[in-house]
Amino acid sequence: MQNDKHANPTGKHAQDESFFDKEKNVNLILYVFYALCAILVILDFVVHRHIYVYFEELPTFYALYGFVACVVLVVLAKLMRLVLMRDEDYYDDRLDEQDTSLTSEQGDQ
Amino acid sequence: MEYNIPAFLPFFVGAIVALLIPMRYRYILALIPAVSGGLLFFSTGVTEFSVQTLGLTLKLVQVDKLSLLFAYLFHIACFLCLIYAMHLKDRVQFVSGLAYAGSAVGAVFAGDFLTLFVFWELLALTSAFLVFARRTKAAEKAGIRYLMIQILSGIALLIAAIMHYHKTGSLDIQQIGLSDTVSYLFLFAFGVKAAFPFLHTWLTDAYPEATPVGTVFLSAFTTKVAIYMLARTFQGEEALVYIGAAMTCFPIFYAVIENDLRKVLAYSLINQLGFMVCGIGIGTALALNGAVAHAFNDVIFKGLLFMTMGAVLTRVGHVKGSDLGGLHKTMPKTTIFCIVGAASISAFPLFSGFISKSMVMAAMIEAGHEYLWLMLLFASAGVFHHAGIKIPFFAFFAHDSGLRPKEAPTNMLIAMGLASSLCILIGCYPEFVYSLLPWENDYQPYDVTHTLTQLQILFFSALAFVWLNKQGLYPPELKSVNLDVEFIYRKVVPGMARRVSSGLGVLRDSSYNLALSLGSLLPQRGRDTDANAATLTLRMVIGFVVLAAIALVTEFA
Repeated sequence: MQNDKHANPTGKHAQDESFFDKEKNVNLILYVFYALCAILVILDFVVHRHIYVYFEELPTFYALYGFVACVVLVVLAKLMRLVLMRDEDYYDDRLDEQDTSLTSEQGDQ
Repeated sequence: MEYNIPAFLPFFVGAIVALLIPMRYRYILALIPAVSGGLLFFSTGVTEFSVQTLGLTLKLVQVDKLSLLFAYLFHIACFLCLIYAMHLKDRVQFVSGLAYAGSAVGAVFAGDFLTLFVFWELLALTSAFLVFARRTKAAEKAGIRYLMIQILSGIALLIAAIMHYHKTGSLDIQQIGLSDTVSYLFLFAFGVKAAFPFLHTWLTDAYPEATPVGTVFLSAFTTKVAIYMLARTFQGEEALVYIGAAMTCFPIFYAVIENDLRKVLAYSLINQLGFMVCGIGIGTALALNGAVAHAFNDVIFKGLLFMTMGAVLTRVGHVKGSDLGGLHKTMPKTTIFCIVGAASISAFPLFSGFISKSMVMAAMIEAGHEYLWLMLLFASAGVFHHAGIKIPFFAFFAHDSGLRPKEAPTNMLIAMGLASSLCILIGCYPEFVYSLLPWENDYQPYDVTHTLTQLQILFFSALAFVWLNKQGLYPPELKSVNLDVEFIYRKVVPGMARRVSSGLGVLRDSSYNLALSLGSLLPQRGRDTDANAATLTLRMVIGFVVLAAIALVTEFA
């Protein structure tokens, strides 16, 4: 960690625990989210949507496509890493990065 | 009242003012785009300017609805950027930022290719300083690469313009269409700046290296000027539909595995440009309107996202996804603005991206490109995945990195707040942008089908993200760089050059040695006169044999 001066020096964050740190709250958000997904699927059967292309005739086409597209995207991207990923300083060494970007940008007091 | 000065002039005057005034008066600079933009918007007409020189008529300012739309946009963008920059006392960034915005305004009002060329090169020159101003070694090198590629695009434009003049006898900017070498040269010149596939690496190379403010400026102007030029000269060109579809798809794979969050945004900028290029390629009124409306919205929401990441960079010193997380605790306002930007780029209903992206998609179906439409739909899901979820999630939520930076400076918050308000305003009242569109428009974005299908796509993309994360399948953020086309000119070509030069060195050394050893073969003169005569004779014999051999070879050759 190169930016320790910005981190809490005591290392204790018990008092600044936020809404999103509690697992209960995160789960609540996820349940609401799942419920919304379910409603969107049900609506697909209730509402008459216009069909422009023949793929769309498949019930819940958009929901399926969105899900599958993202899984395919992530799986392929992970495979790309095997071929394309290099070390961080493959092109340039970046030793001077931290100090200069801070000194030149911290104009405000 | 008539707006009767060239619209780029106030910006260049502003750049000179920024060069001279003490930096504590820098606040007045924000008035330049605000006042000039206001006058331009509320004026009854805009005066056109032309200059007669060397037997050519140069149309410095030519006005129609398309150029006006982009001019308004650039004034808004410059105003937001300047507010975002106000905490700085760095003169370089104010001067180059203002001159850069002025060049962009000049380029969209240019009526002929020579005027365009001047502003085209000015765009390159002025913007490079926004990269150099980061003052790191990596930024310096990236800036030089950026400048070289941009100047190359300008030279291609100049050559194309001269050839075009020879052929048609006119320099006026009008529809070209792909037909001959000249038109391909024009497409190359515009394509470099529009980040066509394989020509795009200057963007993903330089934007993440620029200063926090610099990247916000950069994201607004160069690529949008290129989109504007494509809309003027290549509308309805079939090839652009395919190029655009490729542009929407390939960057999202890189964006998913990229660690530098501003580079993620740079890739997603190419993805958004793809939608515009597609729209221009289709060439119907709906598609063209969609393309320019999307350019309008993209400048604002992509600028907003770059602003939020710039705020993180300013406060933390880096934007590496692997080392960030939990910033919402101390930067709550920046977090909210980032989410608004993310919702806009993902085209959530009621946010600005929705009202323009759906136009391009609808036009794609109308034009009968069903499979390309599927590609765009894939890209829409993907853009939500990396720009809509990944950026806010890994920066502000995810695991707690322990970083507790201060909230962004007030001026940055004001700029982000204004941009966020615009995103929501345009999303809720699309008429705001639709009324400016150059072509006939009766598109209604908010109907049941569009809203429902878009929500389904987005929610189930998010569901995929949640599922992959829970399964542990989501690729973790790793400190790394990923090879892209730039690999060719940053590794392969320099490596080859090194090998060639060392090969030449070996060749030189060995030929030198060969000459030496041949020389030693010559018989040496002895001490006494008899031996002398013998060696001289021997040398003459050798010389004769060599000559005879040469004669023989040349005879038969």
